[in-house]
Amino acid sequence: MKILVVDDEKDVKDLFLQRFRKEIRREEFHFLFAFSGEEALEKLDAMEQDSILILSDINMPGMNGLELLEEIKKNYRTPPPVMMMVTAYGDEENYNTAKRLGADDFLTKPLDFKLLKDKLINIK
Amino acid sequence: MNPPHQALLEYFEKAAHLTEDERAALIKALKEADRALTIAEFKLDRTEKVKRTTAILLEETIEELEQKRAAIEQTNAALSKSLEDLKAAQAQLIHAEKMASLGELTAGIAHEIQNPLNFVNNFSEVSRELLEEMIEELDAGNPEEVKEIAGDVSSNLEKILHHGKRADGIVKGMLMHSRSNKGEKEVTDINDLVEEYLRLAYHGSRAKDKSFNVKLETHYDDAIEKLEVVPQDIGRVILNLITNAFYTVHERKKSNGADFQPAVAISTRKFTDHITIAVTDNGNGIPQQVLDKIFQPFFTTKPAGEGTGLGLSLSYDIVKAHDGRLEVETEENAYTIFKIILPN
Repeated sequence: MKILVVDDEKDVKDLFLQRFRKEIRREEFHFLFAFSGEEALEKLDAMEQDSILILSDINMPGMNGLELLEEIKKNYRTPPPVMMMVTAYGDEENYNTAKRLGADDFLTKPLDFKLLKDKLINIK
Repeated sequence: MNPPHQALLEYFEKAAHLTEDERAALIKALKEADRALTIAEFKLDRTEKVKRTTAILLEETIEELEQKRAAIEQTNAALSKSLEDLKAAQAQLIHAEKMASLGELTAGIAHEIQNPLNFVNNFSEVSRELLEEMIEELDAGNPEEVKEIAGDVSSNLEKILHHGKRADGIVKGMLMHSRSNKGEKEVTDINDLVEEYLRLAYHGSRAKDKSFNVKLETHYDDAIEKLEVVPQDIGRVILNLITNAFYTVHERKKSNGADFQPAVAISTRKFTDHITIAVTDNGNGIPQQVLDKIFQPFFTTKPAGEGTGLGLSLSYDIVKAHDGRLEVETEENAYTIFKIILPN
């Protein structure tokens, strides 16, 4: 399964590549990275009809995670990719908005990678 | 006639040895002398009176002057007290403005500290796992794997240090920002300073109003050498200009709706003898009648309670204290550019 991680913090890439080192090597997961909402859309456009999961941060300059979520759920292919949103701890407002916009699942920061791994395995 | 003259007159009239002509001449001379004496006496008397009056007037004037001097002294004391009170009030206002802008920053700061802390925690945890893996690979006799893992751990430690320093810098910046005493000039990387305050302003605005978003563009001129500035002061100016820009584009977005794309660009540029930090927004622009007042203290176009009206006025003073200039270029309903110009 392809997982597109969207976050404006560039070190997130190294973190994921190391946390899922074994899974990547075993080709269980294939991670892609975008550092803004706009870049995420470009990457999605360039992809084929793969099964894809998007794991997106909310707070990003330019197109933020909520706008990306809305764009994907409204205007993207059917069925739209699974969207898992990363919210800051205690950020009820963003959580509710994301839920209303059709987010499929949530994770809170700081990321619990074990929980994420379980969720990814389940979705797979 | 005065008594001695009267006696002389009587003597002249009775003296038998005088001819009639001599008597007449002597009496005439005596009468003239007496008239002259009367006039002199009158003049003397008048002079005395004038002298007395003048002395009285002088005394009165001295008294009056004394009273006035005392009044002036009192006024001076009152003015000095007022000046002190004003200075204290001004210091309080400046502090209030600092605290207000710090309040705007709080959410941004929390976000900015949380992110590096998350990285510190995550990279520490992943490094521990990597070390466990490393032992497994050592036992399995895979030196290449071991080397690769060691490389990752080493790079993670650098990342932990980097993010730790990042959080440390933010806390220090916040403390410096809220400090009420005068900051010292320090050799400062202007591009880093702009970036730091841009992030704080952005996350602060986002946290204050979830609907806030903006297309951000940054152009940093790498040729800019480090400058000697009071970093927290110049930081406050940058923060003020950016939050103003965010405010105006957000206001325009609220009134213009979905068709309007709010955009703010921040750029730095090096020239021969100066550098510029420019903040450009595509907000409502500043009308001409408002433009003349924007640097005046307490002038604000924001609704009551939203702005102190001191941001731009203080910014102007701070830039001036750095021998620089704060310039503005604007067109109504089109754009505004604020430019900090600092000597190189």
